[in-house]
Amino acid sequence: MARITAGVASSHVPLLGVAVDQGKTGDEYFGPIFAGYEWTKAWEKEEKPDVVILVYNDHASAFDMKIIPTFAIGCGERYKSADEGWGPRPVPDVEGHADLGWHIAQSLILDEFDMTIINEMDVDHGMTVPLSMMFGQPDKWPVKVVPLAVNVVTYPVPSGNRCWALGEAIARAVESFPEDLNVQIWGTGGMSHQLQGPRAGLLNREWDNKFLDMLIGDSDAARFIPHLEYLRETGSEGIEMVMWLVMRGALGKKTKCLHRHYHIPCSNTAIGHLVLEPTE
Amino acid sequence: MTAPTEKQNIHDYIAAFDDIPGTRVFTAARARKGYWLNQFAMSLMTPENREAWKADERKYLENWPMSDDQKEAILARDYNRCLDLGGNVYFLAKVFSTDGLSFAEAVSSMTDMTFPEYREMMNKGGRSPQGNRSIKGGY
Repeated sequence: MARITAGVASSHVPLLGVAVDQGKTGDEYFGPIFAGYEWTKAWEKEEKPDVVILVYNDHASAFDMKIIPTFAIGCGERYKSADEGWGPRPVPDVEGHADLGWHIAQSLILDEFDMTIINEMDVDHGMTVPLSMMFGQPDKWPVKVVPLAVNVVTYPVPSGNRCWALGEAIARAVESFPEDLNVQIWGTGGMSHQLQGPRAGLLNREWDNKFLDMLIGDSDAARFIPHLEYLRETGSEGIEMVMWLVMRGALGKKTKCLHRHYHIPCSNTAIGHLVLEPTE
Repeated sequence: MTAPTEKQNIHDYIAAFDDIPGTRVFTAARARKGYWLNQFAMSLMTPENREAWKADERKYLENWPMSDDQKEAILARDYNRCLDLGGNVYFLAKVFSTDGLSFAEAVSSMTDMTFPEYREMMNKGGRSPQGNRSIKGGY
């Protein structure tokens, strides 16, 4: 049977992709950010997951204003790196796991989560930056990926509670997949950042760390944080943190923290990173 | 904290966003107003369109059913004005990426700081949430 063995949370700032692609990960600015991912890179080599369910948001790349799915799941065989205005990132194509993707999609719909199904799309920094942070620069990504895209751009975005519940339903879906697969779920985006308006540049170290604390152990308090609190405390784009709750919800009642990293700043953003393990 | 079963009133939910200083939350009203502004920006995701845009920006905009205000705001790279007219930063990013600007530099242009000042603020820990959370509450 397939099983979710771990959860990973990470910011997905586009500049991190630039740093990787231009070989700057060791410099004075980026060094301390990437140092916090070294543990995880080594751990991933040991863990050898077969599939990552990668919860992320599209930044006006695959989806424009024509169609705005709240929750969408990738059921395709392959996804290419999107051209976000400066040409596609020079990274390998992302290989999908269509069997698992379709199985999860079907299970979620029966479980009353009315998913949008994607067969073809390009994937932007929201997906390729976390892959680069965890796996570096391989010729081929060492995992297959089931993309799980969440609308966190056009309001209302889904509630934290709904994201958490979706995670719980994803865990049930994975457990009923007959193939023996080591599956991880990653929640990406965040942490505090605001990319617009006169208040741009807002960061909140204290709130971010309180949020990291809330994902460890047996509390489910984070699912009830209202959107307004994310917006006030962590900036308009801090709302991306609801995607971390999909990951946390999928890990069950209790988690153990294997690794934690926090750094300010990267461009406009606070970097947060967690590796969690489900414990019964 | 909101109790799990408490249903939110959509009008209260949206109205509360106006209390956040210096922020335009991308509500449905803004999304409707900015539809073609954002779709125009989206069109810059191909090299051919970027070339046509760079060759003659004003002419490129003729093909898009945007308001004159929206066109002028884009030509002036007045991003706060673009936000007021329904633009969203992830769409507008296609314009400033085409200009060769980083996210940080483009974002800094929406504040009252120069880019070096903004960068310095970020390196020192970013803008404090203190006094920046609520207009009415002043906290």
